[in-house]
Amino acid sequence: MTTQQTPAPGGAQEPPLPGTGQVPGAGALRQTGKLFALAASVLWLSFKRPFQARELIEQFWFIASVTILPSMLVSIPFGAVITLQVGSLTQQLGAESFTGAASVLAVVQQASPLIVALLIAGAGGSAICADIGSRTIREEMEAMEVMGVSPIQRLIVPRVMAASLVAVLLNGLVSVVGVLGGYFFFVYLQHGTPGAFLASFSSLAQLPDLYISEIKALIFGFIAGVVAAHRGLNPRPGPKGVGEAVNQSVVISFLLLFFVNLILTAIYLKIVPPKG
Amino acid sequence: MGIEVVVEGLTKSFGRHVVWQDISLSLPAGEVSVMLGPSGTGKTVFLKSLVGLIRPDRGQVLVDGIDIAHCSERKLYAARKLFGVMFQDGALFGSLNLFDNIAFPLREHTKYTEAEIRRIVLEKMEMVGLAGDGHKFPGEISGGMRKRAGLARALVLDPQVILCDEPDSGLDPVRTAYLSQLLIDLNAEIDATILIVTHDIQIARTVPDNIGMLFRGNLIMFGPREVLLTSANPVITQFVNGRRAGPIGMSEEKDATTLALEEARDGAASQELPALVPQLDPSPGMPERQAAKRRRARVMSMLHTLPVPAQEAIVSSLGAGSQPVPTEPDDWQEPAGRTEPDDWQEPDDDTTEPDDWQEPDDDTTEPDDWQEPDDDTTEPDDWQEPDDRPGRWPSHWPGGPR
Repeated sequence: MTTQQTPAPGGAQEPPLPGTGQVPGAGALRQTGKLFALAASVLWLSFKRPFQARELIEQFWFIASVTILPSMLVSIPFGAVITLQVGSLTQQLGAESFTGAASVLAVVQQASPLIVALLIAGAGGSAICADIGSRTIREEMEAMEVMGVSPIQRLIVPRVMAASLVAVLLNGLVSVVGVLGGYFFFVYLQHGTPGAFLASFSSLAQLPDLYISEIKALIFGFIAGVVAAHRGLNPRPGPKGVGEAVNQSVVISFLLLFFVNLILTAIYLKIVPPKG
Repeated sequence: MGIEVVVEGLTKSFGRHVVWQDISLSLPAGEVSVMLGPSGTGKTVFLKSLVGLIRPDRGQVLVDGIDIAHCSERKLYAARKLFGVMFQDGALFGSLNLFDNIAFPLREHTKYTEAEIRRIVLEKMEMVGLAGDGHKFPGEISGGMRKRAGLARALVLDPQVILCDEPDSGLDPVRTAYLSQLLIDLNAEIDATILIVTHDIQIARTVPDNIGMLFRGNLIMFGPREVLLTSANPVITQFVNGRRAGPIGMSEEKDATTLALEEARDGAASQELPALVPQLDPSPGMPERQAAKRRRARVMSMLHTLPVPAQEAIVSSLGAGSQPVPTEPDDWQEPAGRTEPDDWQEPDDDTTEPDDWQEPDDDTTEPDDWQEPDDDTTEPDDWQEPDDRPGRWPSHWPGGPR
């Protein structure tokens, strides 16, 4: 807005209005607050009618189509790397029979939700952010608000929901593909016994591992969607602002994902007793 | 009939930059108003704060009993259905074609069938001259078309208040003239309150009933069009004439020294305003503007509070329309501040006749061959007494009412 660049009437004599003081770090806190406010209103509006089913399906299809193949391609080598690393370690310790369990735990609990989240944030989130951002700078959001339609309900809620749901479903796929990749490398490259790999599944892994994996995927997908929407709704003016917003959205999502993952893992280990 | 929008003590600042402060005005119901101002004086911010897109720091905006500036989200969304906003660049949804764009508010807020929606949308598209362009996407059309499509979309819900953000920018003068006419016709047809934010002086001179002007963060003036267009305020005369000499500078501010230098160089710039041009009338076939009647009554009741040139302009514009001579209201009082200007001089009564004036020769007025008409034969045999109700044009006369 051009008005922001023009000097104030009366110049420096104007007293600053309350709430506009420049405390260091205030900007970051304000953005954090806005992010949480957006997350809260997305949750609240998810349950309000009219529900945008059509938009949800379109976004769901879009996010799924851009993430399925890359996440599978990433998960095969990832499962293999874990198996190879853990396998060589357990060989030295003489506990080869636990390789299967260790790789399953690592893949299902940690690797799979993170791979899913990184791809959703990187492929889906950046596209959402660019789309919302360019609509914002073209005043489409304001136009929609003026027409009495909430852009959060109409556009953001379906996108965040789609990101969360795709994350949950994709997490199952990535888990399976990752474990299969690990199995393949364990059996054919390290010449381990297939029976030992499968048998150790149930000795260390348990059902809550799968639950936490899906819960993580759900939360990560939600975070990726909300961060993308938040940056898209508040870009700096101009096309360059949209580019910056996309960049920021990916970086912020990644930082948040790893941080939230740490907290969730710590909580999980506290409340779910380890098996065996 | 449109609804009144009352703004009281509105102040907005971005950080330390005060955009405007303490703006109080009232957009009279059903009338067309224009907000003028040089670029960057916060006209768009003002317009956006009227619909609650920007929350002001202080003050209130009352529409239909709701304070737009401070009400809850839910009330705000309900109140916004009263508004139709035409954004500067149209603000169309890039992912929808023009038809779907214009149909969007109908699909969101009404339960019309697709056939009814189609009828309304096509009617509005024809109104703004976009008939047959429904399948095009906003990215494929010119800025002027986007603007007109934005107007059509603002109109589909039959709003009570229409806000137009710079309808002229990016349009050629002819299209601007058409758009001006369209806005007047709209006002005649649906009687909505219209606010146009612009810096186009041609629109300001021909379209509105009321004009306001923003400059340096203040509302300099808001009132009937004649007041601003006859004002001697240096900011207004400079703006209306589009001159460089005056308080408005390139960078919004012009400091006193530059101003003094300019005046020393150019001498006192002539403060003459261009002649007041009559307001646009609705196109033939349109109903009469109800707002014009209401405004006449309103302006007449406040006539005595207006500056003298504005009073003269109003009276003369009414005289052209053969209006009844205004009478003083019962509670009329001599305004305290209205004294004669110091340089006023009593006209010299004796010198009204030109020197070369000659008394006409009384005896020679009748031509020599003039004959007294025969009184008895003036009426034709089939002459009938006309219907004696005053002002009625008898129906059997040529040109009478159909």
